[in-house]
Amino acid sequence: MGENIRFHFDVDGDDFSSAGAASVEVKKQLRKLGFSPDVIRRVAIAMYEGEINMVIHADGGTVDVEVGDEDITMILSDRGPGIADVEKAMQEGFSTARDNIRSLGFGAGMGLPNMKKYTDDMKIETALGLGTTVIMKVNV
Amino acid sequence: MVTLDKLAHEMGLTHVCGDTDREICGCYAGDLLSWVMSHAEYGHVWITIMSNINVIAVAGLTEVACVVLAEGVQLDPDAREAAEKQNVCVFTSPLSTYELCTLAGKYINE
Ligand SMILES: Nc1ncnc2c1ncn2[C@@H]1O[C@H](COP(=O)(O)OP(=O)(O)O)[C@@H](O)[C@H]1O
Ligand SMILES: [Mg+2]
Repeated sequence: MGENIRFHFDVDGDDFSSAGAASVEVKKQLRKLGFSPDVIRRVAIAMYEGEINMVIHADGGTVDVEVGDEDITMILSDRGPGIADVEKAMQEGFSTARDNIRSLGFGAGMGLPNMKKYTDDMKIETALGLGTTVIMKVNV
Repeated sequence: MVTLDKLAHEMGLTHVCGDTDREICGCYAGDLLSWVMSHAEYGHVWITIMSNINVIAVAGLTEVACVVLAEGVQLDPDAREAAEKQNVCVFTSPLSTYELCTLAGKYINE
């Protein structure tokens, strides 16, 4: 088959209003490429949660999406504080988000669980003080 | 199924922006965006008291048929701009979330 299609986005650290722009764009592109609504929804929601996490917890980062024949891979990378206890962070309801974030409707501690739920594979690489990379795959 | 047009009329909603020419197949009420992303679905009416711009992103990603702002909450100006740009349908209502849910339940045959 042909070469894989790739997208790259920079996610601004302190800009809540543009958070989600990358997910919205990827969603649009996947629709153009003819993917099923279910695949598009799962990619878009997982990616949005990841984007929001980079804005809330890591002062921004980058998103790379690769559309292959068998799966769609999303790589979200930041140079934030890292995650001290990944197992704990993956628990539903666990959140270190501050109250001003909660008042926006985020910080429910359901982001990472949602990302796991909506993808077929998810890996977190993180180091304290260095940053976090989340790699997610959705089978098509 | 009921159309959004008809439902909005029956529920006495005030239209803010977006297309109302859609079919409604369910309803979800909630303010925590991750929960909404996990449970709200295509063609649902989403009832919330959140009115910031992230609500519009979530509505677009989940493809709910519309957002209904309860309790007289008004859409933030930048959120309205985003809603118009992304053609996300938004209504407002003075009713509480509970009242809106019971009303919606009358007209939606799930
Ligand atoms: N990119 C990240 N960098 C640093 N910490 C993160 C990152 N993503 C998630 N976390 C940590 O994991 C916790 C749980 O994340 P999540 O499930 O998305 O919930 P929430 O974002 O609502 O707090 C966060 O509160 C935060 O402590
Ligand atoms: Mg989160």
